[in-house]
Amino acid sequence: MSEIMFWEAIRRAHDEEMARDPLVICMGEDIAIAGGTYKATNGLYDKYGPERVIDTPISENGYTGLGIGASYLGIRPVIEIMSVNFSWLAMDQIFNTAAKVRYMSGGQLTAPIVVRSPGGTAHQLGAQHSARMEKVFMGIAGLRVITPSSPRQVYGLLKSAIRCNDPVFINEHELMYNMKGEVPDDEFFMPLEGSELTRAGKDVTLFGYNISVHWCLQAADILARQHDIDAEVVDLYALSPLDRVGIAASVSKTHRAVIVEEAEPAVGVGAEVMAVINEECFFELDAPPVRVSALNVPIPYNHTLEKAAIPNAQDVVKSVLKMFGK
Amino acid sequence: MDAEVKKRLLGEMLFARRFEERCYEAYVERKIGGFLHLYPGEEACAYGVLEAARPGYDYVMTSYRDHIHAIRCGVDPKVIMAELYSKVTGCCKGLGGSMHIFGVEHRFMGGYALVGGPFPLAAGIAKGIKMKGGDEISICFLGDAANNQGTFHESLNMAKVWELPVLYVCENNLYGIGTRIDRSTAVVDQYKRVSGYNIPSEQVDGQDIELVYKAAKKAVEHVRSGKGPYFLELMTYRYRGHSMSDSNAYRPKDEERMWSKRDPIIMLRDRLIEVGEITLDDYKQMDGDILEKIESEVIKFAEESPQPPLEILEKYTLGEDDPWVKGGVA
Repeated sequence: MSEIMFWEAIRRAHDEEMARDPLVICMGEDIAIAGGTYKATNGLYDKYGPERVIDTPISENGYTGLGIGASYLGIRPVIEIMSVNFSWLAMDQIFNTAAKVRYMSGGQLTAPIVVRSPGGTAHQLGAQHSARMEKVFMGIAGLRVITPSSPRQVYGLLKSAIRCNDPVFINEHELMYNMKGEVPDDEFFMPLEGSELTRAGKDVTLFGYNISVHWCLQAADILARQHDIDAEVVDLYALSPLDRVGIAASVSKTHRAVIVEEAEPAVGVGAEVMAVINEECFFELDAPPVRVSALNVPIPYNHTLEKAAIPNAQDVVKSVLKMFGK
Repeated sequence: MDAEVKKRLLGEMLFARRFEERCYEAYVERKIGGFLHLYPGEEACAYGVLEAARPGYDYVMTSYRDHIHAIRCGVDPKVIMAELYSKVTGCCKGLGGSMHIFGVEHRFMGGYALVGGPFPLAAGIAKGIKMKGGDEISICFLGDAANNQGTFHESLNMAKVWELPVLYVCENNLYGIGTRIDRSTAVVDQYKRVSGYNIPSEQVDGQDIELVYKAAKKAVEHVRSGKGPYFLELMTYRYRGHSMSDSNAYRPKDEERMWSKRDPIIMLRDRLIEVGEITLDDYKQMDGDILEKIESEVIKFAEESPQPPLEILEKYTLGEDDPWVKGGVA
């Protein structure tokens, strides 16, 4: 077991898969010679060369489509889109081609690409660099959507995503690349479907994913120490398909649910998880499920306003206390 | 191009014409649903270019006007018609439709319905070929109006930067849906637009299959020999509207008459008659045989095939039994 940073875990997964399979390539803006904006592909250019570690022009839809075309021939492209805000430009190829080609060809072709892209609100990056778009991706049939919350998860999930025959979108976070965590030294894979019980509890389930898992864990700690509430934390690292069984199992145990998302509430993860709870285990509930979300605004530049626009651990605590009538 | 090849091409183009006309009838009869984009008038483009390439070996993709390119690559016309009839025996089991014909075993990599969508996909196939070290090429047929999409510029740029083995064939039929090219496009000659990417290009008469073949041979040799991408513009005309839902009222009758005199099939037929290779009766016989074959084989197969079972409705969304999905991988 070693403690490494999130970006190092991504880099390790790339490196191992590229060493194993000469058809694995990575491509994106500044990922080769510069080593990547987040260092996630650092050193790979020197090791694997320009045919496999490719600096692309700033043409998101173009190079994503190029990766999809290459994947038809068995190439395994890992495409880094520098920010999810830019992935809007590649949605045509991701949604219209990658997500649909298997279906509309009657199973003749698949597009086994991985698109990695960080979303989220970071340090005063302004409205066009702070989007959270996982909810858009998870609404599209034919795509897998993954949002790792730790170095261990991103390593194991990226390894599986590269080998999976479906297109996989991995939603990372600008603020998490330097996060440290334990990653086993031996190679391992995480399944692309499922959820993880991060903290067992009996009174309420806090559902998080990506950065919001950490807010949930902080909130659970505060609730335990200060309010005698034993919260369970479930990490929904797979947003599509969602782990319906795992969601129902936890809610059936705690009978209360709070879903924590950094994004705006409308048509989001919180709404979707609530629907799953309604469909799978409504009569297990002791209280209406609650979602903790961002305000419905573009993210402002001002630091104080930026922080006020998105939720944090205290907001989660407040929601839980309100649910318990405290 | 010797006489035997020309005779074969005449038969193939005539089959393509009659196949598409029969699709029209089936659409009117409501046997075919959705959108239907037909190829009559443009036959010399697909047949001329692919005669110079290696269909079934080279990778080909195109837009939604895709039946004929698929047939030329080796996809059985029966399974294409069955697809149009939305039958389970169709090439995509009735899940694709007219705009999404696929024949991957024949390296026909699909028809795509977003204008300009195939540009980067074809460049990606070329990247795959290059990585695997084969001598196949990637050929992408698209209409002139696709060149006003960003993907045109993004893909030409990448294809040149990475010297990818891709041949872009522009079937310039002068209209983007119902808008004439000079009303939508600053530079009407499409081959000129490519010079901005330092890619060699040529414009030729797309109605004369011998000229198309000659230009395509040069283009294919360029791409296959590792010299990078090439762009071929073929001046052509579609006799019908953009799709079946198009009233086709936007084109002057004089213009339509002028192009009908330059029909690619009639031009080749008359040339063969003139040199004594065939007679008009031979041609009529050929035509009759084709019509009969389309009815007795192609239509019959589509008509008699079963509907897809409901069980396939959710089958092809994501992969099944993928070990990386459910866990348990050691």
